[in-house]
Amino acid sequence: MKVARAHPLWLAYILHRLSGLGLALFLPLHFWVLSYALNDAAKLDAFLTLTEMPLVKMAEFGLVFLLAVHLFGGLRLLALEWLPWSAPQKTWAAAAVAGSFLVSTTFLLQAI
Amino acid sequence: MSEFHLYMAQRLSALVMAPFVIVHIGVMIYAIQGGLSAAEILGRTQGSAFWFAFYGMFVVAVSIHAAIGLRTILGEWAGLRGGMRDGVSALIGLGLFALGAQAVWAVTA
Repeated sequence: MKVARAHPLWLAYILHRLSGLGLALFLPLHFWVLSYALNDAAKLDAFLTLTEMPLVKMAEFGLVFLLAVHLFGGLRLLALEWLPWSAPQKTWAAAAVAGSFLVSTTFLLQAI
Repeated sequence: MSEFHLYMAQRLSALVMAPFVIVHIGVMIYAIQGGLSAAEILGRTQGSAFWFAFYGMFVVAVSIHAAIGLRTILGEWAGLRGGMRDGVSALIGLGLFALGAQAVWAVTA
């Protein structure tokens, strides 16, 4: 029997799940920092200065990649489930990853 | 809610969010140029009915979407079942909505 995990679409599945999990864990921190704007804009600014650190820029690059790959991978899944079957699923999955690298690298190049 | 209702809520919240995510990524790429500041963010969002509606709907959709997605993970990877799994997921959804609503209010009010 062929091991399912050797299939490229298993990688697409695990990437979608882990990116979703990562984004869900990040969201409370994201909301918490933004809510400082309400009564302590100076504290928000202090947080935002952290975004100048190279390590934080790389983390942001990673987060933008997770968001983009969850978006593109999710659109592939919706098309798979709701639209008539189209054969090149592996190509779409690869395109989702490639498109996400393009988007997140564009972000990084603007950030540095 | 039945599994079918949760499935539909998960997919519909995804469809609602797709354009929001595309705009959000675009705004991030635009806003990160020259660094971030509270004044710059608030200058764009404060008093804006558009951004209030945009981020408000985004928060509602992501709270539903994340709670249902985490419910699946809690079942498959953490072994939670039944009422415990539903209860934890509902709490996550409500918690995300409360934090998100506070953030939207903070940057747009």
